[in-house]
Order: sequence, then C-alpha cells, then structure tokens
Amino acid sequence: MRDCHQTKPIFSNQEYNNMLNIYFIQLASLLYLLGTLSYLFYIVLLKDFLSRLAAMMVTFGFASHTLGILTRLLEAGYTPVTNLHESLSFFAWMIIGILLIANLKYKIKVLGAFLSSIALILMLFALTLPKEILPLHPVLRSFWHPFHVTFAFLGNSIFTLAFCCGVVYLIQEHQLKSKKMGALAKRLPSLKVLDDLNYQALKFGFPLLSLGIITGAVWAEYAWGRYWGWDPKETWSLITWFLYAAMLHQRLTVGWRGRKAAIMAIVGFLAVLFTFLGVNLLLPGLHTYSNWEP
Amino acid sequence: MIELIIIGLNHKTAPIEIREKLAFHESEMEKALLQAHSIHSLKENMILSTCNRVELYAIVREPEKAVQDLKLFLSQYHHLPLQEFEKNLYLLVGEEAVRHIFRVSSSLDSMVVGEPQILGQIKSAYQMATDLKTSGIILHRLLHRAFHVAKRVRTETKISNSSVSVSSVAVELAEKIFGTLEKRTVLLIGAGEMSELAARHLVSAGVEKILVTNRTYERARSFALQFNGEAIPFEEMGQGLKKADIVISATDASQYLILPDQVVKLMKERKQRPVFFIDIADPRDIAPEVGDLANVYLYNIDDLQKVANENMKDRQKEAQKAETIVNDEVAKFVQWYQSLEITPTVVALRKKFEEIRARELEKTFSLHPNLTEKERQSIEAMTTAIINKILHDPITRLKQKDEEVMSDFYIHTLQTLFQLPDQTGEELKEED
Repeated sequence: MRDCHQTKPIFSNQEYNNMLNIYFIQLASLLYLLGTLSYLFYIVLLKDFLSRLAAMMVTFGFASHTLGILTRLLEAGYTPVTNLHESLSFFAWMIIGILLIANLKYKIKVLGAFLSSIALILMLFALTLPKEILPLHPVLRSFWHPFHVTFAFLGNSIFTLAFCCGVVYLIQEHQLKSKKMGALAKRLPSLKVLDDLNYQALKFGFPLLSLGIITGAVWAEYAWGRYWGWDPKETWSLITWFLYAAMLHQRLTVGWRGRKAAIMAIVGFLAVLFTFLGVNLLLPGLHTYSNWEP
Repeated sequence: MIELIIIGLNHKTAPIEIREKLAFHESEMEKALLQAHSIHSLKENMILSTCNRVELYAIVREPEKAVQDLKLFLSQYHHLPLQEFEKNLYLLVGEEAVRHIFRVSSSLDSMVVGEPQILGQIKSAYQMATDLKTSGIILHRLLHRAFHVAKRVRTETKISNSSVSVSSVAVELAEKIFGTLEKRTVLLIGAGEMSELAARHLVSAGVEKILVTNRTYERARSFALQFNGEAIPFEEMGQGLKKADIVISATDASQYLILPDQVVKLMKERKQRPVFFIDIADPRDIAPEVGDLANVYLYNIDDLQKVANENMKDRQKEAQKAETIVNDEVAKFVQWYQSLEITPTVVALRKKFEEIRARELEKTFSLHPNLTEKERQSIEAMTTAIINKILHDPITRLKQKDEEVMSDFYIHTLQTLFQLPDQTGEELKEED
C-alpha cells in the first residue's frame, strides 16, 4: 500500500532544509530546551524569577512553533500533519499549548517542567526525521483530515497533562504516606490540585478523543467506503477510548480518585502513546502513509 | 569617644516574671523614650520591648557612666530595685552590640529561630525613635543595616521556610493534601489543650467549620462555642466523620476508637474523598493500619514531632549560613563606624597644620615685603607640599581598614600629641 504512493518530493533534500518552517521549528526547540532548563533550575533553587523565565521561554517557543506550522501549511498547501515528523511536531505544539492554558489557572511549575520536557523530546525526535513536503497522498486529501488530527492530538495532549499529574501525584502521595515532608514534598503541588487537574483533563480529553474517533470514522467512510475496519490504529484507538471511558465512569459513580485515578491516567497515556507511535512503528496498517522507515 | 551600647534581657537570661515587670507597654513607649533621652550621657536611644525581650539601644559618650544611668532608668521607671533584675541583664558594647542587633533582626536570637515577627517589632520601635527624634545618625544607619541584614538572611537562606511546631506541621500537611483549607471541615474528637491549639492553627489557616464531639456532650458544646463550631453527641461521631476533611483525635480512651474496617466503610460513603487523621492521643485513638488505606492520611503526634524536628535541624543549618552573613555585615558596619571617628581627627589635624602654615607664611611675607607675586606663590606651594607630604603617611595609616584595634590608639595618640579637640561627638550632633 505504502509503496505505490512513494512519490518524488516537491522539494529536493537541499531545498527543504532551507525552508523557513524548519528554522522556526528549530528555534522553537531551542526555546523549549531553555524553558525546560529554567523549570528544572526553578525546582532546585525555588527562585520565582526562574519559573517566570521558563514560562516566557515556553511562550516564545510556542509562538515560533506556531509560525513554523503556519509557514509549513502555506508551503505545503495542506494541514501539515501527514507524516511522523509533522505529527510529532504537531503533538508537541499542542502539549505546549495545554501547558500555557493550564498555567493560566494553576500556575503549574513542576508540571510545566514535565510537559515541556516531553514536548522537547518529541521535537528532537521530529527533527531527526525526514522533513520533505510531499504531494499529498490522495487518501489524506479530505475535508475531514484537519478535524480528525486536531481533535485526536488535542485529546492526546490533554491526556499527556493527566499523565504528568498522575506521576507527580504518586510521588507526592508516597511522600505523605511515608511521613516525609522533605524538600521534595515542599516543591510538589498539593494532591488536591493534582487530582483536580487530572479530572479536568479527563473531562476535556475524553470528548476530544471521541470526536477524533468519530471524525476518523466518517472520513474512513469517504476514503475507503467503510466506517470501521479494525485496522490496528482503529483497534487501539478503541482500546484507549474504553480505558478513558471506564476511568470517567468509575470516577463519577464510585469515586475513583486520588491514587487510582493517577494510576489510570498513566495507563491511559501509555495506551495513547502506543496508539500514536507503537502502531505506526510496529503494526503496519492504513495509517502508515509516512515515508519514514524505522 | 562615643560608643554603641545595648543593655537588656531576653528569654535566655530572664524568666517571664522579670521580663513582664520590665516590659514597656506600647501606650507609654513615647514617654519612656523621651525620659531616657533626657539622660545626659545618652546621645541617641531607642527601646525594643517584646514578650521575649526588653532592650535599650543607646549611643553614648561615656559608656561606663551611661550604663549606670540606664540601669537606674530601668529601675526607676519600673519601680523595681536594681538588685532584683541586675543579674538578668546583659551589656553589649561596640562591635558585639552591632552583631547582637543584626542577629536579633534576622531572628537568630529568637526563642524559635527564624520566626519572622521580630523584624516588624524592631521596625516599629525604630519608627517611634525616629518620630520622637531620639535616634540620630548612628542608630539610623545601624537599624537600616539591620533591616538589610534581615532581608539578606531571609532571601539567601531558607531559615523561615519550614514549620517547626507540631501544629504548623499539621497545617502544612493538610495544605499538601487539600490545597487551600478554605471550605474544609475539621472534626475534633475529645476536647483538650492540644486539640484546641491545633484547631486554632487550622482556623487561622482558613478552615471553615469546626465540629466537636466528646464523651460528655456539655464539654463538647462549651468547646465548640469557642470556635463558633458545632457540637455532636459522641454516639453520632460517624456523622461527623462523614463530613469532616480533617479529624483530630485526642481522647483518653484506652483502646482504639477508630478501626480500619470502619474507615473502609466510611471511605465508601465519602466516595473516597480524602481524609486526614491527626492522632494526638496517648495511647493512640486510631489504629495505625488506617493510614494504609487509599486516600486516608494518618499522622500521630510522634510523626508530626519528627517532621517538626527534621525541619528544625534544617533551620539550624540555615542559621549557620545566616551567621556568616551577619559577620560579614558587622565587619562592614564597623568599618563605616570607624571612619566616623577617623574623619574628624584627620580634619582637625589638617586644620591645625594649615593654621600653623598660614601664621608662619604671614610672618615670612611681612619680613620680606619685596617678594614678587610669583615668588610668594611658589613659597605657598612649597609649604603646602611639605604639609601634605608630612601628613600623607600617618593619614594613610590611619585609614587602613584592617587595623581596627590600632586605629583607636592612633586617634588617641594624635589627639594627645597635637592637642586636637575631641570633637567626634560635636561633629555628629551637627549632622543630626
């Protein structure tokens, strides 16, 4: 399937490296790196100006990243989420977006360090991959494509936040249960804030994931003439969806909060990661149009 | 010679009964300050009076006489014979006094090291002395340096970062579990001194509602009244447990009052809303296994005390760093202080030489009236150069900052040998 769509790049290797969008992406990565470092220094030194500096770096990084995605959109003429490089970059962009939104209400600092380092890793990964702009695969040339990827990645980014909350929750809970109130416990947010954020993330993330799957199904009907075909990506999305649905249900009915919710957020995120990366890299199927060879 | 002295007593040197008797009440502080200021041997003064210390800071002309005067003042003002409190007094002079003020303002000398209230108390004592003009240039500078030191200690060390009392540890833990304590409910099981203390801390941290239950309902009711709380009959404790976020148990029951099975059931009813049990009873009221349950946090008095002690250790480590800052600042202040003494001496010395030169020039010029203007100028220039060259070495030596001990001696020697007026005090008074 993949081979018959291998086409000659619109731009040759030499040209795409000089393209503006790559510069913006590189600048964004650098700023995310500086932001992450500032967050880490903040955690060690607890000087407020460092957390402000970090937020500033990440904000500038986000702006540069946005420009990168917009210029790529203009250069390519379609929503630039069609191969692994673009998807990773898009995912990172949304994670930082979520960081900035969460920062408005919760002044997250430790969580900021987590989110920005995840985004940074995704960016560095993205930068090592082929970045050519190819003529769009016919299947991707669809009205539904931008909606599908936006919903799916926005959901994923919010689940990334929930994952970070879960990890930090488990660390903080362990500190409190083992009756240590040391330097670590002082630096981490309260359990209440972490659990709240986790729940908020679930409330917003789940509908987005659902929308992502629905738009995907509608698009599949147009592209392949069936809504659902048990392609590995579809199967794993459904597994992920069930996990989050169970989480939400248990939370609302029997009060799965705190530790259980934290563990579930971590498990859910692992499913998200596998659906996104694992399936692409390990299980070939309809979603692997990217010309990236592992 | 002028000198900074401190005379006073604090929680380390005097019992509360004596401190109480010597304390200056806020309402009469003005009167006391002015009365002290009228003592002739005092140039500047201020009074710091808190529940842990009473201290008089003074810039004086003759330290020995001033000390006697101040002791007398304390005794007369408070109508207390000197013998009754003289042994509790400490006297600090010069550099030691500077160090003391810096340590007090950065809360290194406090009962609980690192508690920040003292700085505010010093600030208002200083404010009053400035308003009444009993403080002058030296106290002004000294206190501003003290505030600066306190700020450095606060920002450069972590001395006030952690809770060191059982109650404040409990509050800090509660905040790590519940975030803000607003809208939270506390249930007190058993009404005693310790639970009252903890409850007060929680209320001031923002807890909204206090429920009280006790074996004798009357006691619960009178206790609840103090906090605007609500009393619950002991048999209906379960109701309280369902509502409360923080439970403080302090009964004298001989066996566990709250068991794991009960709490498992309770947590289901609460839909797993977290609960923080604080067991301050001895023997314990709450089975330790309760703390293993999900969303349940259990600390007993020993656990809290352990955290407080750990924090105290950290604080002491930070206090070491703070002492270094203090020493550093003391050295800077002493330098400034000495330059105050040196400058007038140098000025007086130059003035004396200049006068001699002017007199002798006049004599010479009147003996040789036919000198040309140019010749006169060159003689003037030569004599000025001689004076400058003669004075250069001694003045440089005098201003050398590292010879703290000697400079006093040199100043004195110069004053004696050249019969310079001791005008340190006068000069400063003009600057006020």
